[in-house]
Amino acid sequence: MEKKRAVVSVIGKDQVGIIAKVTNVLADNQVNVLDISQTILQDFFTMMMLVDVSEIESLEKLQEQFDPINEDMGLKINIQLEDLFKAMHRV
Amino acid sequence: MMNIALSEMQETIRMVQMESLDIRTVTMGISLRDCADSDFEKMNKRVYEKITSYAKNLTSVAETAEKEFGIPIINKRISITPIAEILGDATKEQAIELAKTLDKAAKKLGVDFIGGYSALVHKGISKGEQTLLDALPEALSVTERVCSSISVATTRTGINMDAVQQMGLIIKEAAERTKDANGIACAKLVVFCNPVEDNPFMAGAFHGAGEGEVVLNVGVSGPGVVLNALRRYPDVDLGVVSEVIKKTAFKITRAGELIGRVVAERLNVPFGIMDLSLAPTNAVNDSVAEILEEIGLERVGTHGTIAALALMNDAVKKGGAMASSYVGGLSGAFIPVSEDNGMIRGIEEGALTLSKLEAMTCVCSVGLDMIAVTGDVSPASLSAMIADEAAIGMINKKTTAVRVIPVPGKKEGEMVEFGGLLGRAPVMGVNPFSSEKLIKRGGRIPAPLQALIN
Repeated sequence: MEKKRAVVSVIGKDQVGIIAKVTNVLADNQVNVLDISQTILQDFFTMMMLVDVSEIESLEKLQEQFDPINEDMGLKINIQLEDLFKAMHRV
Repeated sequence: MMNIALSEMQETIRMVQMESLDIRTVTMGISLRDCADSDFEKMNKRVYEKITSYAKNLTSVAETAEKEFGIPIINKRISITPIAEILGDATKEQAIELAKTLDKAAKKLGVDFIGGYSALVHKGISKGEQTLLDALPEALSVTERVCSSISVATTRTGINMDAVQQMGLIIKEAAERTKDANGIACAKLVVFCNPVEDNPFMAGAFHGAGEGEVVLNVGVSGPGVVLNALRRYPDVDLGVVSEVIKKTAFKITRAGELIGRVVAERLNVPFGIMDLSLAPTNAVNDSVAEILEEIGLERVGTHGTIAALALMNDAVKKGGAMASSYVGGLSGAFIPVSEDNGMIRGIEEGALTLSKLEAMTCVCSVGLDMIAVTGDVSPASLSAMIADEAAIGMINKKTTAVRVIPVPGKKEGEMVEFGGLLGRAPVMGVNPFSSEKLIKRGGRIPAPLQALIN
């Protein structure tokens, strides 16, 4: 089966437990993390994760599980197919 | 190692979340030629059934793609064969009935607009086309989502001034019939010179004669993204400005092309074209006028506006052309007044005038767009305004258009609200001197020398 990859982006105020919360959702859904990078700029937390979603039928359902975390912690977590980033930044 | 750098991901996310990057529209073009029938009831039923079955999944598939890729698709639309071509000997009342059918189909499918209640009369007017013109004011006032475009001129045929004359009257009547809603019917009617057959944008979309059975066309947006990119380079020379716009247009277009292809594939419909137009909205900073101001104008409309617009329009095309395998539609910058906060401010502050807007249409993609004028404007003045735009398009071998709203009861300087994507506009005055004699002469303005290219 063709590999389908997505980018999980997390943006918001730095606080304890962000990575734990996000990776918990991913683990619960059997989503493998392929790469992580993060920066903290003036208390502003940015993380991008590349994940394998070949087995995931609906990204929408995954996104829904991030929404409560967004609300609790004041974050912006989004999951988008990697193709978009490739299209925009690679010829 | 990630293939895409963190900074690149951040750029994409910033474009979408903070700079209003979106896909303005995915537009499904559907041929209705096989729906023609001498029995009107049969034709009416076939049209409804064909549209609602071909576009059955358009909205849901587009919405899924939107969520998966994280880029909003603002509108889902349908374009159809110019209706005049299948009207045959239907009556005016039947033509109005058909408009209602189209409206009903659009509502059933949850699409925002259906374009193609149209006629191509740039050389002559056939029976079905005259029926459509007669039906137009009422058809646009009793429907919500039906859009109409009328071609009155091309470079190859010249200008059909008889049709131009009729359009002035039709626009006046359509405004009058919707006077309680500021003449909103006119916002759904565009008069063209050199129309294109695969335009995904409204109100001018129709499924042209050279098109296939069904197709999916995409229009991107993104003035906000270009504006923000330019703000990061406040002191560079104009060559670099062009380069920044080009690179940004490339990225926007690639995003649009990807989404368009995915949606087309999932609908099992051929991908048609990508329209590279920069289409503004009333969202903060999502303005073409503000890009021109960022390039170096105190207010849009002042001296230098045309030069800045020409540079921007050209750079958008150059960036977009490489990003898409099939470029089409109008592909340039739109300068609608009511949908662009910067244009509105330019008019309110007296920097931007109707004459300057006309001049701007010489170097950008369309024409006088979403302009509110005083309610007492004469039909002949409207016709003459159309004739001027048509002449610009005809001579310069480009598309030009007029979408103008003579707002009943409103005077120069008043503000009118159209709502939604259509925005709001300050009412502009028109030249008080008469063009009556020119319009009354009728006939055709012959095709120019530019047409003799064989």
